[in-house]
Amino acid sequence: MNLVKRMGTEVVGFGKETGVLLKKNVRDYGMFIALAIIVAIFSFATDGGFVTARNMSNLINQMGYIGVLAVGMTLILIIKYIDLSVGYVVGFSGAVAAILMKSYNMGSYTTILAVLAIGVFIGLVYGYLVSKVGVPAFVTTLAGMLIFRGLLLLITEKTGTIVIKDKAFNAIGQGYIPDITKVDGLHILTLIIGVVAIIGMIISSIIKRRNLKKYNFETISLPMFILKCTFVSIAFGYIVWTLSKFNGLSWTVVILAVVVLIYSFVMNNTTLGRHIYGVGGNAEAAELSGVSVKKITCIVYASMGLLSALAGILYASRFGSATTTGGAGLELEAIAAAYVGGVSANGGIGKVSGSIIGALVMASLSNGMNLIGTGASLQYIIKGAILVTAVIFDVMTRKKAH
Amino acid sequence: MNSNNILEMKAITKTFPGVKALNNVNFKVKEGEIHCLVGENGAGKSTLMKVLSGVYPHGTYEGNIVYKGEVQQFKNISDSEATGIAIIYQELALFPELTLYENIYFGHEIKKGITINQNETIIKAREMLQKVRININPSTKLKELGVGKQQLVEIAKALSKDVKLLILDEPTAALNEDDSKNLLEILRDLKKQGVTSIMISHKLKEVLSIADTITILRDGKTICSLDKREHEITENEIIKNMVGREIENIYPPRNIEQFGDVCLEIKGWSAVEHKMNRKMLDNINVNVKKGEIIGIAGLMGAGRTELALSIFGNTTGYKTQGEIFVDGKKVELRNPREAIKAGIAYVSEDRKRNGLILIQDIKQNITIANLNELAKFNVINKNKEIGVANSYKKSINIKAPSIEQKVGNLSGGNQQKVSIAKWLYVAPKILILDEPTRGIDVGAKYEIYTIMNKLVEEGMSIIMISSELLEIIGMSDRIYVMAEGKITGELHGEEATEENIMKLATV
Repeated sequence: MNLVKRMGTEVVGFGKETGVLLKKNVRDYGMFIALAIIVAIFSFATDGGFVTARNMSNLINQMGYIGVLAVGMTLILIIKYIDLSVGYVVGFSGAVAAILMKSYNMGSYTTILAVLAIGVFIGLVYGYLVSKVGVPAFVTTLAGMLIFRGLLLLITEKTGTIVIKDKAFNAIGQGYIPDITKVDGLHILTLIIGVVAIIGMIISSIIKRRNLKKYNFETISLPMFILKCTFVSIAFGYIVWTLSKFNGLSWTVVILAVVVLIYSFVMNNTTLGRHIYGVGGNAEAAELSGVSVKKITCIVYASMGLLSALAGILYASRFGSATTTGGAGLELEAIAAAYVGGVSANGGIGKVSGSIIGALVMASLSNGMNLIGTGASLQYIIKGAILVTAVIFDVMTRKKAH
Repeated sequence: MNSNNILEMKAITKTFPGVKALNNVNFKVKEGEIHCLVGENGAGKSTLMKVLSGVYPHGTYEGNIVYKGEVQQFKNISDSEATGIAIIYQELALFPELTLYENIYFGHEIKKGITINQNETIIKAREMLQKVRININPSTKLKELGVGKQQLVEIAKALSKDVKLLILDEPTAALNEDDSKNLLEILRDLKKQGVTSIMISHKLKEVLSIADTITILRDGKTICSLDKREHEITENEIIKNMVGREIENIYPPRNIEQFGDVCLEIKGWSAVEHKMNRKMLDNINVNVKKGEIIGIAGLMGAGRTELALSIFGNTTGYKTQGEIFVDGKKVELRNPREAIKAGIAYVSEDRKRNGLILIQDIKQNITIANLNELAKFNVINKNKEIGVANSYKKSINIKAPSIEQKVGNLSGGNQQKVSIAKWLYVAPKILILDEPTRGIDVGAKYEIYTIMNKLVEEGMSIIMISSELLEIIGMSDRIYVMAEGKITGELHGEEATEENIMKLATV
């Protein structure tokens, strides 16, 4: 409110407002700034190779399964737990899908439903062990990691890599949405969806801002608001434009978008979301306010299991096969994406959308470094440094706030 | 300075943000005596001992500590320990899974080269244990001993450090009668061996039986030091000095002509903490009528909060026994959700730890316990939520720029109002307020009292747990006094005086 009073009416205060906003939201904006810097550096280093339509499309599709995992991991980290088994659950679910289709001739849809159900079941077992039995999450999911690593080996050891031949299934990870008509090699449906999405985004921001004003809450000034909307629209529009120059939107991106929309809605607008933030913010207070911490823990792990299975499906269909070591290390990518995306290391704070940006940062890094031929060893070191920097940044900014 | 004073604390002043915990306190202890320190909760006893032992380092307080004839500037506990001061807290600082000898020599292990000299440790530990009259194999694990014996092990540990001045903070609070007697005997033994002791205690009978000198603190000031060797001291004399204050009229009047029926009744309520197998609550019988404010008085550790929590869905995990009736109907409350459903709400004494979600805003904290009221198909109606939060902000005067303010940034009084608002939105029949005015300023206190009055006038019933006697007397229609997990008395109207409460609380 003060901000509005002080600066809203004056354009003179614009620069100052930018400063204030940056200072106040340094955690949120930092992520975007980091992403911009990464994109700029790699574009420069690859003579524009990084921002070609083909590479952008590739990068975003590559990010699909990590993004899905990062969404689930966000919830887990918000309630101050961890899931180390995610990587091998992904590999295991992919292999189960492959076997169900290949050896049992199951249709792709029934297979997908069966695999998702298995994921939920795995999550519920974790939730039960962590919340009801009281086994520390670290131990529970570490055991899970070992067990699923073993199970994956067990079911693939005779056959080795299982090739998936189901076209519908593989389309999930490799296919693109159909087009209505092609104009100048542009994917029109993608463009239409993009435009609708941008308009939707702008309208919802306007409504949100109007509501904030109605209740006299703190809002940014009008010029700032317009600038922000324009910036987001251009960035988003550019990505859509680039994708439409290639093959258009992939099914992976569509699935990821649906997951993000659903989870964002749940976290922001439902009692369940509020309870999850409450448990993460102060479990004792939440319990004494009538929230069942155990139930919330079970739900959050079940959701992680579901999304791990979904990621498994995306992963297997992207490669059209299930391998004996599929998914290894993805849990760390997901955890890193969530932390880079602004989830607090102390729990209670974090956004689904932020984690997606985090995943994009990490995926851009991998992709860019691969393009310029950085060795795997150096890639790990750089990613580790980025992760710890993000958390240091988080800890420092939160310390200052107190 | 008198040469036989082992310790003299001169003009000690210790300030916390907003509170003067110690105000120019003088405290003298003679060599070889047992000196008892008494006072109400919050009088400054523990703070004074923390200053002495270096928990609050030199420089964070004003005044001087003269110990063994020298001015001391302790920077931490190890500084004070090096001079022979040992402090034993209410909460034992021992390791249940370690053996007695490991516990006794933890932190100052007897070494041979770089390894621990086990044999020597065991021999020495046995010696120390004998001094506190424990004849148990030092290789026994601590957890196999009862609380009383564990307390003695803590003393043995102090002795192993060659203690000259032993400070005990309510050593008998958790002990039964036999164990307490035994402990006092041991203190007398130690006195014969030349150890000086300072003991903080709420149990006046015990104090009178053991003390050579009694110093009374009140509101962070020394009221007097009574020497038992000079004249006979009575319990009444101590109590008078502990409480003697002018009663100010800071309690708003309320208009209730008649109370309704009994809406909450607790019958034969007992609770056992099973880890230590300690009886926390013993055959409690309490009832509350509609529109009534019930006060529960008692000293720290009397079991008041335990009583509240065990009723409110038993989050402490005690084994409970007894019956709860809400509006005459027997209910079973296995968790806070069931308690809330039955119409009971509990505002925690520790609002930061158990009451509020500090990183969330006022609005979210107010609605968390009743989100279903705001939601359709589990989707929260955010406009309605804002309306609800704003109306409470206005009606109970939460001072903040907006309901989007993070609760962690509010003052204590406003935080407390948010915790209360959370429960008002649930609209319970019975509201339990645990230390509702702790750590908040006088103005905010008055506002909280006004809110309480309005609530009972609207037909709610309130159970108020408080350590402030004046507040209990000023606000309650009826007072239960607790001590050692039991209700030791029920006071009505004129009987409710500070002296009477103190007598019942120090049984």
